[in-house]
Amino acid sequence: MNLWDFPVYLLQHKLQSGEISSVEIVRAFRERISQVEGKVKAFITLDEEGALREAARVDQEGGYTGLAGIPYGLKDLICTRGMKTTCASRMLEDFIPVYDAFVVAKLRETRALLMGKTNLDEFAMGSSTEQSAFFPTRNPWALDRVPGGSSGGSAAAVSAREVPFCLGTDTGGSIRQPAAYCGVVGLKPTYGRVSRRGVVPYASSLDQVGVLAQNVRDCALVFSIIAGHDPGDTTCVNVPVPDFVSALDEGVKGIKIAYPREYFALGVDEEIKAAVMKSLKKLEELGAIVEEVSLPHSEYALPAYYLLAPAEASANLARFDGVRYGYRDLEADNVIDMFAQTRGTAFGAEVKRRIMLGTYALSSGYYDAYYLKALKVRRLISSDFDKVFASYDLIVTPTTPTPPFIIGAHVEDPITLYMNDILTVPVNMAGLPAMSIPCGLTRGLPLGMQIIAKPFAESLIMQAAYAFEQNTEYHSMKPELEV
Amino acid sequence: MGHEYETVIGLEVHVELHTKSKIFCACPNEFGAEPNTHVCPICAGFPGMLPVLNKEAVELSIKAGLALNCHIAEVCKFDRKNYFYPDLPKAYQISQFAMPICQQGYLEIDVDGAPKRIGIHRAHMEEDAGKLIHQGAITETLYTLVDLNRSGVPLLEIVSEPDMRSAEEARDYLEKLRAVLLFAGVSDCKMEEGSLRCDANVSIRPLGEKKLGTRTEIKNLNSFRSLERAIEYEVNRQKERLEDGGTIIQETLTWDEEKQVTRSLRSKEEAHDYRYFPDPDLVPIHISRDWVEALRRNLPEMPDQARERLMKEQGLPAYDAAIISLSPDYLAFFDACAARYSNAKVVSNWMMVELNRLLNLHNMNISECKINSNDFILMLNYIDNGTISGKMAKNVFEEMFATGSSPDKIIQEKGMVQISDEKALLQLVRKVLEENPEVVRDYKNGKEKALGFLVGQIMKVTKGQANPGLVNKILKETLTEE
Ligand SMILES: [Zn+2]
Repeated sequence: MNLWDFPVYLLQHKLQSGEISSVEIVRAFRERISQVEGKVKAFITLDEEGALREAARVDQEGGYTGLAGIPYGLKDLICTRGMKTTCASRMLEDFIPVYDAFVVAKLRETRALLMGKTNLDEFAMGSSTEQSAFFPTRNPWALDRVPGGSSGGSAAAVSAREVPFCLGTDTGGSIRQPAAYCGVVGLKPTYGRVSRRGVVPYASSLDQVGVLAQNVRDCALVFSIIAGHDPGDTTCVNVPVPDFVSALDEGVKGIKIAYPREYFALGVDEEIKAAVMKSLKKLEELGAIVEEVSLPHSEYALPAYYLLAPAEASANLARFDGVRYGYRDLEADNVIDMFAQTRGTAFGAEVKRRIMLGTYALSSGYYDAYYLKALKVRRLISSDFDKVFASYDLIVTPTTPTPPFIIGAHVEDPITLYMNDILTVPVNMAGLPAMSIPCGLTRGLPLGMQIIAKPFAESLIMQAAYAFEQNTEYHSMKPELEV
Repeated sequence: MGHEYETVIGLEVHVELHTKSKIFCACPNEFGAEPNTHVCPICAGFPGMLPVLNKEAVELSIKAGLALNCHIAEVCKFDRKNYFYPDLPKAYQISQFAMPICQQGYLEIDVDGAPKRIGIHRAHMEEDAGKLIHQGAITETLYTLVDLNRSGVPLLEIVSEPDMRSAEEARDYLEKLRAVLLFAGVSDCKMEEGSLRCDANVSIRPLGEKKLGTRTEIKNLNSFRSLERAIEYEVNRQKERLEDGGTIIQETLTWDEEKQVTRSLRSKEEAHDYRYFPDPDLVPIHISRDWVEALRRNLPEMPDQARERLMKEQGLPAYDAAIISLSPDYLAFFDACAARYSNAKVVSNWMMVELNRLLNLHNMNISECKINSNDFILMLNYIDNGTISGKMAKNVFEEMFATGSSPDKIIQEKGMVQISDEKALLQLVRKVLEENPEVVRDYKNGKEKALGFLVGQIMKVTKGQANPGLVNKILKETLTEE
């Protein structure tokens, strides 16, 4: 087994036992990146040399606590002081923040090593990473297919073993869907569990930073570092952070799991349904109580999401006006033209589409019919979940309706692409935590199972996911990238 | 035609809250710093930066609301007001639209000697924008610079009901509002520095009509004077228009200070659609009743209470009391003096006449005045004990105002001591009488005015230092003796 094949917890173990150094780890990953990155194209910016320097420092200091000496990748809309943060947009192609995101500061504090910034759909708007202004990322399992999105670069980088873990963000499925497509574990925490400070927002009331890793234990390790209160983000809730790692072993005996019939209905690939049903059987065998339930308003989640998220985005992205930073059109004769030409040139088609959608939904005369109506739907979806969680501990669904599709298949058809989020969006609308874990293969492509819990019950999700993982082999499947 | 019209005015007033730091970041809230020195990634609208509400801004807003007799919301929240402008870093302003912090208050002004209540519709918190600096005229400038020092300074926008019926009432309301906010300690309310800004909504309707006429909104009113002038101008313009058979167009106007006219900025059709929606970056603010009550208990004396006190306890006339209670600094100076001087009216006279004259002349605020209350009382004492005359005192006062010196020092340096030595004065009187025999004759023939001339002559030779009371007395005695 190569060093780059090891998960976080084993690298940690080897560092602590003195078997290897952090410099050796970084060199191994640098080697791996040089072998596969040309095919996968997961990274927008790489800084192996920086990581190597830090690794040497960590080795010198010793005491490999936390994630010290472990390399990682960051979705390129999470701000890094002194390193470009592009959001995969021409608008911020050369933007170097003077600040670290809260989560980056946390990872620096634990002395994890930033290897680079991963690709995404421009400003996290997309489900395939094809909307990156720079290049599409490829699915390591099948290079002609998408890795999912918008955290596609992060999922692909972990799947291709270019880094042992990445951070991503999830607004409507942007961690879970690429995790499912790339056969890795992806955790989207409760809204308010992780600080959003320094994370370039897409839709502020839905965005949440989370983890992509090879397995559940790694996820718990990283999540323990980034979760917790930040007074700099008032939406970040001040609740205790439990010990996620030690809770992993508690098993699923007696845990009540619901599977909503709506999530196994229209448009969901038969093989995915079968794989998730089989997984539920497995959980039942392990002692869980599994029952069918209904989440009747689920079908309205997607249209409501495509009003609320673009509405917030239309304001969030208004600051990119060419005045203070980022791209500026120098040809304009006056300031109004400068605004228009800057934004017209530097935003991609999908970003413009969503800004227009959102602007329209908030316009006077349409606000009540669209924005307000969508807010009401959001409350109905939340109360659907509340009702189920009154009697159940977890909800299990497929993560995506289909396996990863061919690059370019939906480029002309945004609606079909939007449908890809149908099983993940309701979770964001209700602010719940959820995780996608590998649960099978179809035609050589990975499939994902989504586990959802009540707010701040990530521990329970990981406990169940870990029990499943310990009793199945799906997580050890990996893509065979020819080197 | 010649209809009678009623004027209807409502004011929207922005005040900068006098906090230590800005409303959503830790940058200092200070006027007059070098451009772009009080700026951070939050108030410059950098990507990923999040606002954190400054509790002091909420506290000052509650104080202002209480001082304006408002209901303080138990829950309020922030919205985003979207528009593009180079001085607005996020291209939206964080403001309160649906749920403002203060609602349904009022303020009393004096109209023809009777109190009149002007309703406060609402007051809400928001952040200020930056400032644009053009190179010359805006239409000709080659480039424009952006100063973000003001970006994120906390503002309270106070919206009145359309309860004012004349430019004078509007001015009185604004003066009273300013006084209340100054007393409450929430803002320094300096119109010249922009910490108090006012827009006026003006309409007219035929007398007796209940329905409101079409209103226009006048912006850029940066002094009490321009507020009054602009409203008067606009009311006349609207009257003339209606008399000519025209209609009023709802539009936004600007007051042209130079030409003293209102000019159109944009029509209703061109008005922005601000697309307000709740700001997802800020959680709703819950304001406990305990907090509100604690602030209410500790609210300082308000102008109305001060006026009552000056009338009751100091025996000042209503007019004096009202003027002195327009500014807390002014009132503090009065209180400091009146506490150690027997005649409050004398203090009030000096303040309202001489002090005001000098303050206006030098365009100064009383807080910048160099005279302290001790020296002022000392000067009054010197008048009372005859050391200086009232006329000399004016010179002393001017000198005190200019230099901050004590009256002792001024009187000594300028040799301004009043001549009260009766023997010396008698000699002078005799000399003047000898030199003016015909005037003496006139006086004896019953011309009372002649006495004034003689007094004047004595004052002239003594350079005003003769005690006028004594001069009068000695003159009369001498003339009778002769
Ligand atoms: Zn700041």
